[in-house]
Amino acid sequence: MKAPRLVDTTLRDGSHALRHQFTRDQVRKIVTALDAAGVPVIEVSHGDGLSGSSLQYGFSGTPELDLIEEARGAARKAKIAALLLPGVGTRAELKEAVARGIQMVRVATQCTEADVSEQHFGMAKEMGLETAGFLMMAHMRPPEILAEQARLMESYGCDCVYVVDSAGAMLPADAAERVAALKKALSKAAVGFHAHNNLGLGVGNTLAALEAGADWVDGTLRGLGAGAGNAATELLAAVLDKLGINPGLDVFRLLDAAEFVLAPMMPFQPIPDRDAIAIGYAGVYSTFLLHAKRLGEKYGVDALDILVELGRRKTMAGQEDMILDVALDLSRKAGKQVQ
Amino acid sequence: MKAGTAVKVAILGSGNIGSDLMYKLLKHKGRMQLALLAGIDAGSEGLARARSEGIPTSHDGIEAILEARDVELVFDATSARAHTLHAPKLRAAGKIAIDLTPAAVGPAVVPPVNLGAHLEEANVNLITCGGQATIPLVYAISRVVPVMYAEMVSTIASGSAGPGTRQNIDEFTFTTSRGLEAIGGAQKGKAIIILNPASPPILMRNTIYVVPDKELDEKAVFDSVARMVAEVQAYVPGYRLKSPPVTDKRQTPWGMKTVIVILLEVEGAGDYLPPFAGNLDIMTAAAYRTGELFARHVRERTGARA
Repeated sequence: MKAPRLVDTTLRDGSHALRHQFTRDQVRKIVTALDAAGVPVIEVSHGDGLSGSSLQYGFSGTPELDLIEEARGAARKAKIAALLLPGVGTRAELKEAVARGIQMVRVATQCTEADVSEQHFGMAKEMGLETAGFLMMAHMRPPEILAEQARLMESYGCDCVYVVDSAGAMLPADAAERVAALKKALSKAAVGFHAHNNLGLGVGNTLAALEAGADWVDGTLRGLGAGAGNAATELLAAVLDKLGINPGLDVFRLLDAAEFVLAPMMPFQPIPDRDAIAIGYAGVYSTFLLHAKRLGEKYGVDALDILVELGRRKTMAGQEDMILDVALDLSRKAGKQVQ
Repeated sequence: MKAGTAVKVAILGSGNIGSDLMYKLLKHKGRMQLALLAGIDAGSEGLARARSEGIPTSHDGIEAILEARDVELVFDATSARAHTLHAPKLRAAGKIAIDLTPAAVGPAVVPPVNLGAHLEEANVNLITCGGQATIPLVYAISRVVPVMYAEMVSTIASGSAGPGTRQNIDEFTFTTSRGLEAIGGAQKGKAIIILNPASPPILMRNTIYVVPDKELDEKAVFDSVARMVAEVQAYVPGYRLKSPPVTDKRQTPWGMKTVIVILLEVEGAGDYLPPFAGNLDIMTAAAYRTGELFARHVRERTGARA
């Protein structure tokens, strides 16, 4: 195993847990702490990527471009990245984000739809950005399909293709065989792994991915993120250090950042609780968690039942509108039984 | 020509969309008569299908259409790039162009909302599938209460998204959000598109979120929506609400607001394309509807002159 590149996405995936309400002040403090601890890449944007601010996903409290600008101003060495989901964000927002300071873009597609990202990678490369590609909901397809999609992203100019366990549904062997397939299929591009902790395997799956050859891995302070959150950055730093593959992270500074900078800002600590485990078990998009809880309450339906039904209907990343659809169906069904 | 005789039309493009439109023209006995289907590949399956239905075909593309003097109306189901080349030629030949590509040479139309205002145009563009599905309902609300914000989310089956859609996904987002504003009547519009690879494929679904600018008369709004659904159903039979509209309080950039949420499903008629491809069916159905209204308008005009 070699030392991986670590991308901290507290200010992007963590945005889901804060319902996209990060402030400039919070961003400055978090970026300053991560940068001082040697984190090389920090991702900042709405949880659903550039232009994700919407009724579908929740409006941003502060415009993400302002947060990006703040992050860039606070970072001394770290690169600032943003996420972009084609279909939600466009090249227009990518251009604006570059003007406000991003040096890397991570383009995310469903794991079967890599070909919607060609224009975005093309423009990113023209603008001199470093690029990564996210194959989301990667548990839904076998390694060979993911490898084909990864090759497409590589051909468009992607520097690192990620296996993204958006649902936190993978077991360590699932993560390892997918990463290994990408390592074998790609000639130039690196391979990354992005974990969710819904089954309590965030760090475990990241280690399995590293053993299979992953070059980049993602973390968030305190694991703050959608569902039960992600692999915790400070935890990864401690584990990588003990494994003798610390990529230059200051373990104690990250422990302080997690405990004293981020934790006081957190509305709750994401953990694999009943509903979050259901997300991993049913294999649905982690960001559905808070929406399902809210609508479950509104329509008198158990959030767990909503999440399991969303899994049965094979919903994909970004289909938050289906939560209302399912909540209405389940509440109608319950109403009928009562009558 | 006398009022009452069929208007001769041609389809340019022998792909999936052109074929589906051909079957719609054959199925419905309206004011149009399909006189020619032109492609550019002599061996294409689309041309073979047309021949087997007894429709005259050509593989000379636009040239064959221009030579067909009695064709008054042309459906362009090629590509945006091709249509920008076709449009001036069709105009010079005095033929009305109904453009199913994203070229947007002519004004964007959604038949039940604004087509009536564009019947004197020589070229009209059918806005995106998502726009065809959602703009009528945003308009149905904005005609009752001012709309400060409208957002639509279209989810379509992977198998129904062709290379044109995939390579131009930004244009879908941009064009559709502008359409929500300019045609739907929202002060600000936003569009999101999601591809879903599930097997068996999902039907096209759309969610519409509307933030009204004033106190809401729910009954008036929902009645207006119901009337519009019926109007669209008249030409897209598989267009239906998944449930009655609901309202929800949401935090927005304009404070806590009541949001109207409409869940909509579009099942295709299965004329040629499979039923799950409601997103393509609504395009060919809107094209057919647009053609019918143009045909009526052209005949009324010639009838009045006679």
